[in-house]
Amino acid sequence: MSDHHHKETFVTKYIFSTDHKMISKQFLITGMFMGIIGVFMSMLFRLQLAWPETSFSIVEAFLGHHQTDGIMDPDMYLALVTIHGTIMVFFVLTAGLSGTFSNLLIPLQIGARDMASGFMNMISYWLFFLSSIIMVISLFVEAGPASAGWTIYPPLSALPQAIPGSGAGMTLWLVSMAIFVASSLIGSLNYIVTVLNLRTKGMKMTRLPLTMWAFFITAIIGVISFPVLLSAALLLIFDRSFGTSFYLSDIFISGEVLHYQGGSPVLFEHLFWFLGHPEVYIILLPALGLTSEVISTNARKPIFGYRAMIGSIIAIAFLSTIVWGHHMFVTGMNPFLGSVFTFTTVLIAIPSAVKAFNYITTLWKGNLQMNPAMLFSIGLVSTFVTGGLTGLVLGDSALDINVHDTYFVVAHFHLVMGVSALFGMFAGVYHWFPKMYGTMMNKVMGYWHFWITIIAAYGVFFPMHFIGLAGLPRRYYTNTNFPMFDDLADINVFMTVMAIIGGLAQLIFLANFFISIYRGEKSSQNPWRSNTLEWTTPVEHIHGNWPGAIPEVHRWAYDYSKVWDDENHPQFGEYVHGQDFVLQTTPLKDGEEPS
Amino acid sequence: MLALFYIFIAVALGVSFWQITRVMNLRGVIANDKDNNTQGKIALGFLVFLYAMMIYCLIALNVLMLPESASIEGEHDDNLFSITFWLIGVVQFAMQFLIFYFSYKYRGNKNNKALFYADSHKLELLWTSIPAVTIVILIGYGLWAWNNIMYVGDDENPIVIEVYSQQFRWDARYAGSDNELGLGNVNYIKGINTMGVDMSDINSQDDKQVTELHLPKGKKILFKFRSQDVLHSAYMPHFRAQMNCVPGMVTQFAFTPKFTTEEMRNQSEVIEKTKGINKIRQAKGEDPYVFDYLLLCNKICGASHYNMQMKIVVEDEADYKKWLAEQKTLAQVIK
Repeated sequence: MSDHHHKETFVTKYIFSTDHKMISKQFLITGMFMGIIGVFMSMLFRLQLAWPETSFSIVEAFLGHHQTDGIMDPDMYLALVTIHGTIMVFFVLTAGLSGTFSNLLIPLQIGARDMASGFMNMISYWLFFLSSIIMVISLFVEAGPASAGWTIYPPLSALPQAIPGSGAGMTLWLVSMAIFVASSLIGSLNYIVTVLNLRTKGMKMTRLPLTMWAFFITAIIGVISFPVLLSAALLLIFDRSFGTSFYLSDIFISGEVLHYQGGSPVLFEHLFWFLGHPEVYIILLPALGLTSEVISTNARKPIFGYRAMIGSIIAIAFLSTIVWGHHMFVTGMNPFLGSVFTFTTVLIAIPSAVKAFNYITTLWKGNLQMNPAMLFSIGLVSTFVTGGLTGLVLGDSALDINVHDTYFVVAHFHLVMGVSALFGMFAGVYHWFPKMYGTMMNKVMGYWHFWITIIAAYGVFFPMHFIGLAGLPRRYYTNTNFPMFDDLADINVFMTVMAIIGGLAQLIFLANFFISIYRGEKSSQNPWRSNTLEWTTPVEHIHGNWPGAIPEVHRWAYDYSKVWDDENHPQFGEYVHGQDFVLQTTPLKDGEEPS
Repeated sequence: MLALFYIFIAVALGVSFWQITRVMNLRGVIANDKDNNTQGKIALGFLVFLYAMMIYCLIALNVLMLPESASIEGEHDDNLFSITFWLIGVVQFAMQFLIFYFSYKYRGNKNNKALFYADSHKLELLWTSIPAVTIVILIGYGLWAWNNIMYVGDDENPIVIEVYSQQFRWDARYAGSDNELGLGNVNYIKGINTMGVDMSDINSQDDKQVTELHLPKGKKILFKFRSQDVLHSAYMPHFRAQMNCVPGMVTQFAFTPKFTTEEMRNQSEVIEKTKGINKIRQAKGEDPYVFDYLLLCNKICGASHYNMQMKIVVEDEADYKKWLAEQKTLAQVIK
């Protein structure tokens, strides 16, 4: 099949490639680059939070005229938290995570030669690249980048008089995000079509690995919700540049009354969170999907409750689109709506609990192979539980009144979607690195990376709940103006030290990643002894993925440690296929029950 | 502290580089039984660390928490929070135990065989229905509390006070003897009429503009919130109260103060917290802190968002009336 592909030049192979494997690497590298920026910003503002009046040469070196004698300006602090949030949520955990692994795994795991449209896939990456470039450029505009928080609520984001970042910085932010949405939509449509139409013979929907289910459902939520963000951004651009009043009304600022009449910022909040909440699951579901695969493979056990897992993914996806109002309990929205959103929100705890229990049961009586990917998956389950549980506090409108917009919220979402999704992404990189580069990553560095990261993550975000419960609002440049928060200073220092240790630990990962590409041990075809289709392709990448015909699928993806369980069988208790894994391409034996 | 921090960083960096140079010579890539054994044991060690940290936080950081609710409505919040917190605390300890203990207990060994166990409807039914029932109870209590807090009955005759926000300050307006606020709009902002009150409205005449909130103990207060520029949020953590201030609309929140400022200062939790704060302030050579209720801005609103506060004084009704009588009406101030 592959031999009649035309000869490729450097440009078509490495830059404007339409091959899903190359595009996935492009997404990963761009996402990692943005991740470095995002994490570095968090280090800077953590310094400010721990030692508010201290001069740092690193601040002086990086923040230009947005600092005085090594102390950052309050505007710049807000800009840093804004861009940190934007980059981590959209550029790292949406494009970097979903873009990388949807592209790499969808064709390989369903048995397709490539995505439905390689060209659209390429466009999707290059739009993402363009939006990343614009976001990075926005960091260098004179008045500073967007600084109204990653949620960019107007009027703050609409009025340069209110904050300097709402000038050119905000314009670039909006342009960048509009392009990002286009990229994401094109990608998602492609994923949906590919999963529905290009599955190989025998790959029924009920035989798809959970990874595929997660990516498929994620793409559907993306297609439903991202356009709403685009329209929210467009209306905001209209308000900012063309004098409309969608979100603005009755404003007096800098000594004058503005002409805006009749709009409402609450409308923007509704539109924003209609994406914003599903976005949490757009980030989290792929991470959970990767984890399902990694845990099952390394536990040498089938994932427990395959159908329940699919059911919970669908339930979470459905509920995620009708809970956005829980971000708005105290915005002045009708309290009756608050009741409705409390109800739908807290319901999400049920499918989430099912997923957590199923992961734990998969570990039970397993034969756990403690590869770095496995450790990150276990870490994901741990932080998902820790962060998810506090969702019961925040989703309950009566309790949310007092913890809304405090550090309690920051701790909650960093654990449940930030750290969890990052762990899922790391698990994915360690596990599928051999599929991407043909070499293996070093395990000892993986172990160090994992243990330092998880200790640092808990060290930062667990105590953070308590400063939130002490009433400390988020997005404060410093809390020294409130003596009632003076006793939180030590915790702030502790969290910053932990954050910096955690940040530095990522250098271990980066070193491991890049050195392993060039000097890593050559991978065998199926290094983790896994069942799924991607491990039947050759180690060296070829166009079209399989050299001959696409293999046919005869079973689900989770026949790990399958033994003859009929006591009358002569081989009772022995592996059905002589080993503890069975490729999906292996036909059923005589007398073997399909799982 | 700073020196300690730099030492920390230096050690972390040193360890990383030492490890990187060391492990690049090892070419191990797939976990063997020795790794499984070591990592399983580290997982158990991590469980101990996690438990220790959680217990330490729960005990040692308890003193930093907000004291008991200073409003009657906030009691719902406190009760619901205690129940929820205990519940999630127990679940958290149990789940983390299972995750890391299983990681240790079932660490891989080439002589072991994993159990092929793909499904159990009984188990799944169990852990769907238990969370479902628990959650229905939580939601029930939560919604009941929410309705109690958010809906103000007509018969309660609350005292109406307007809280007005702008970059970066708070003002308040008392409705005066008629308990009706005069209309306001940004178009009326001029000179000393900083809240944009419509002085042609008869209800405006006896309104009183102040920069510090005084509230009578035991009376229901209905706050009306306005903003003149961007979103702000009036956050009164001691009363478990918060509501956004939205330009172009009036939002509201009501509560009944339960303790006067003086009573609150003499509460054991507050005394202990104040002591802790003052120890830190003394070491830095700063003035001692005395407890006061505060209203903070809790919605990002610009450069000085972190310094937007207003003092709240809760006092007995007699003192409140005396204070209010001393304030000038708008009719007296704005001619």
